[in-house]
Amino acid sequence: MKIKINGEIKDVDQNTNLQKLIDRYCESNKRVVAEVNGIVVQSLSWANTPLKEGDEIEIVSFVGGG
Amino acid sequence: MPSFLSNPMKESIESKETVKDTPLIIADKMFGNRFFLGTGKFKNKSDLKESILASQTEIVTVALRRVDLERHAENILEYIPKNVTLLINTSGARNASEAVRIARLARETGCGKWVKIEVINDSKYLLPDNYETIKATEILAKEGFIVLPYVSPDLYAARELVKVGSAGVMPLGSLIGSNQGLKTKELIKILINEIDLPIIVDAGIGAPSQAAEAMEMGADAVLVNTAVATAENPSLIARAFSLATQAGRFAYLSGLPAENEAARSSSPLTGFLHENTKST
Repeated sequence: MKIKINGEIKDVDQNTNLQKLIDRYCESNKRVVAEVNGIVVQSLSWANTPLKEGDEIEIVSFVGGG
Repeated sequence: MPSFLSNPMKESIESKETVKDTPLIIADKMFGNRFFLGTGKFKNKSDLKESILASQTEIVTVALRRVDLERHAENILEYIPKNVTLLINTSGARNASEAVRIARLARETGCGKWVKIEVINDSKYLLPDNYETIKATEILAKEGFIVLPYVSPDLYAARELVKVGSAGVMPLGSLIGSNQGLKTKELIKILINEIDLPIIVDAGIGAPSQAAEAMEMGADAVLVNTAVATAENPSLIARAFSLATQAGRFAYLSGLPAENEAARSSSPLTGFLHENTKST
């Protein structure tokens, strides 16, 4: 199924959840924050957050800034 | 390690001078160093880490950005010592609601609730939108964030920020990244005189002498990013900035003498010379 991650359309497994997505794209030691359809999902709930067709996910993390 | 890095800053505070400084207090935290560092624009992360260590800064700004899905970018937090406070910048926000959204995301990282509100919707001058900044400050202060808003120095805006629960005010010295120094000096002085919150001069400080100048005026702290990150030797200039910040602070505490229009001799008059010339 197609979902949007950080503005890019990606094809993912029908049975995927937010935890699997984050494991796929992020290093395990990085502090990331995830939003699904504009709502922040706490890390404890990632494994229990199934994704559906058309979901828009934002995964953000720290970078240098002024 | 170069020798200049091995002298702890704390020595100079505990030395024999008669003027002692009080620690900088913002919200519920005490800072022993009034030099704050921004972490953007560094050519490499090791420069950043060396600059933090050389300056002994206790607070740095960071930003939040989308993770790069194609490659694993370096984790900037690995280069920031654990005891350094993270001040999370809402950079990217073009209005209050975007700033609020970024701040709430930042809180979810578990890295604290200290937030620098930066709301910019002009790409030429990168000037902050004071009005949107005040709106964001009010919302976030109510949610328990420690809010340090980045603003154009404006007395009315600063008074509003006090009213809505800001933890300090960060007036710009000049345009971000311009290294133009304290172009807004007189307006910053007004804030220092009238606003009962820590005043942290941020943006445009291009040389340690300018950091000293800000502190001599009575600013509570300074924040520098570009001038350190883009220097040829970032850790060396970071130490210079930290020393200059402290020098400026001591100068302020010691009571700077006023400027005089005419000269006033430093040596006593040589009366004996004039007596000799009179007799010939």
